Amino acid sequence: MNINVEPQPTNRAANRLAIADCDIHPVRRKPDDFDPWLSARWREHLKTFGGLRRLGMQAGPAFPKGQPDAARRDALPPEGGRAGSSLSFMQKQHLDPNKVVFGVLNPLQSGQGVANPELCAALCYATNEWQVAEWTSKDSRLKASIVVPYEFPEACVAEIQRWAGHKDFVQVLVLSRTGEPLGNRRYWPIYQAAAEAGLPVAVHAFGYGGGPITSTGWPTHYIEEMAGHAQSCQAGLGSLVIEGVFERFPGLKIIMVESGFAWAPAFAWRLDKTWKALKAETPHLKQSPSEYLKQHVWWTTQPMEEPEPRTHVLDTIKWMGWDRLLFATDYPHWDFDDPAQALPLPLTDAQRHAFFRDNALAAYGVKA
Amino acid sequence: MIEAGAIDCDVHPTVPGLDALVPYMSDHWQDMIRTRGLDELASISYPANSPITARADWRPAMGKPAGTLEQMRSECLDPFGSSIAICNCLYGAQLLFSEDMATAFSSAVNDWIAAEWLAREPRLRASIVVQTQNVEMAVEEIERCAKNPRFVQVLLLASGDHPLGKRLYWPIYAAAERHGLTIGIHAGSNYHNPPTAAGWPSYYTEDYVAQAQAFQTQITSMICEGVFSKHPTLKVVLLESGWTWLPAHMWRLTKYWHGLRMEIPWVDRSPMEILQSNIRLSLQPTDAPPDPASLERIIEHMKSDELLLFSTDYPHGQFEGMEVLPDGLPKSLVRKIMIDNPRATYARLLEAVA
Repeated sequence: MNINVEPQPTNRAANRLAIADCDIHPVRRKPDDFDPWLSARWREHLKTFGGLRRLGMQAGPAFPKGQPDAARRDALPPEGGRAGSSLSFMQKQHLDPNKVVFGVLNPLQSGQGVANPELCAALCYATNEWQVAEWTSKDSRLKASIVVPYEFPEACVAEIQRWAGHKDFVQVLVLSRTGEPLGNRRYWPIYQAAAEAGLPVAVHAFGYGGGPITSTGWPTHYIEEMAGHAQSCQAGLGSLVIEGVFERFPGLKIIMVESGFAWAPAFAWRLDKTWKALKAETPHLKQSPSEYLKQHVWWTTQPMEEPEPRTHVLDTIKWMGWDRLLFATDYPHWDFDDPAQALPLPLTDAQRHAFFRDNALAAYGVKA
Repeated sequence: MIEAGAIDCDVHPTVPGLDALVPYMSDHWQDMIRTRGLDELASISYPANSPITARADWRPAMGKPAGTLEQMRSECLDPFGSSIAICNCLYGAQLLFSEDMATAFSSAVNDWIAAEWLAREPRLRASIVVQTQNVEMAVEEIERCAKNPRFVQVLLLASGDHPLGKRLYWPIYAAAERHGLTIGIHAGSNYHNPPTAAGWPSYYTEDYVAQAQAFQTQITSMICEGVFSKHPTLKVVLLESGWTWLPAHMWRLTKYWHGLRMEIPWVDRSPMEILQSNIRLSLQPTDAPPDPASLERIIEHMKSDELLLFSTDYPHGQFEGMEVLPDGLPKSLVRKIMIDNPRATYARLLEAVA
């Protein structure tokens, strides 16, 4: 006889801690889901030319993923469509049983990275409207990201200002693999607009910069690309610090999303040691790199590093500070971190609450 | 605290100038140097007057840091009491886009090292400098230099044209294994790709910090491509890589191996295990945490006392005075790092040298 091992929403949630999930990926049900917010010109353009990015493939990935659509096999909605395309199934499978009280939507494959500047901006505009119409207006636990055409900062400023102050938007979203390192001055209008709007800038791993994901050319395997996101995120974050972005925008908050986090302490130590030796090159920095990181940067938890023994990661968290990590599952992707198993270690109640919920609420400045 | 007779795995004799190499080049290349007006090949990896490039007290009034054997003896070999030091010559040869010219300059560097350093100082050993654009020519150079037992390693750069695990490079690893040479990967790039995964940075500080990311990439590549499945006895030494980032990188890679190992079925042991049997790292620079107790935790996270190899990184500026051993290094580790681990890593150090 088959036993149903699906989580029972009511049972599972009853004795659960309420959590924040700072990385949820909604996708369109159908390719034309954005049409209501796209002009006829762009609808025609997309039909004819598609949205060209700095990627060789028109369809299909050059690094085929480990699973169809990089998704959990059990996350396909019963009514059909891609994993992450059904609000009702997301509620049933994830938000309710895992007691998510604050969930941040990070739409990928929206329009970010499209090379045509106007099309990229139009798709980001549509993505943002779609998040409100299809998601946040229907479930108040879910919050949206202002998806911006980050390679075209002037258009970003307009999009950020359009949503600034809207209760459903909690951050500005950019991807980590930018055309230039993230601290480059061309991106500063984004940071200025975000800081003025009081919104953190989330940097989600992945992207369309067009260059290889390593400093030494293209790797061969998907696993190398996945491991490599941590290096590209370090490069972007190092650039933000060394270029002086935090000195210029003291109110700016950065949230590194799906970058891994265990690299953060050693990265800060290396930045500090190198900065100390080469200080004369960067007189615009008024404090050590690690101090900027401490004041301005948060990390989401997924994919949690899993040392053997697992207790070693507690050293890492201690070095970062228990207030730095924002819990995330990456639902509905294959490498989803289950909140029931993400940190199977003895923690104090204060640590557990901070890690799974309160840090996120504090970083985003919201009440659950 | 320093053990007498240490093995210093990373010192950098400096080519005083292109003129020094000319005698070791063929008539054709000598002619090309004159005709085309070549006068220097210096990589941006180490800007001449930058503080990390050479320690202030190791900068001579005249000439270059570590430019003569006398300088190296009096500033490095004698004070640190090293019984052996391995020369890793950093010169611009690998940056050239012409594989012929890159090979010609690499060979000249190797012959210059052999004649002017190795032959004159019994404590010195060296790495064979090779370009990697043309693997066949790299293998020829390894075969040529391996006849001299004082060459103990092949020297590659942390960033090049392709990740080092790629199959096209495997003949280099086969040649190294055949001759009992280790593969040394040193900080630096041939700059045929932007120095970070996000493009060209604005500041040298970023370039230097990013070296650690390049090494992380190479560990990923060499393990995932199966270099160590094919060459189980090959030792790879990361030089001037930093090492406190190592545990976090291995945790991530090992986690993804659990999830994606079906993609690379030839990797039949966990990346952490492969690291412990095949990869070593030089001590300097130590990107140390602010307190010694945390450094002890990092060493605990490495789960092996065999990974670190002593280095001064002379004449680069990584520490003050004689403080080459960072605070927090357990006493029990000092002899391992300074003597036992290098001996276990470099097969050729155990051979008698005439």
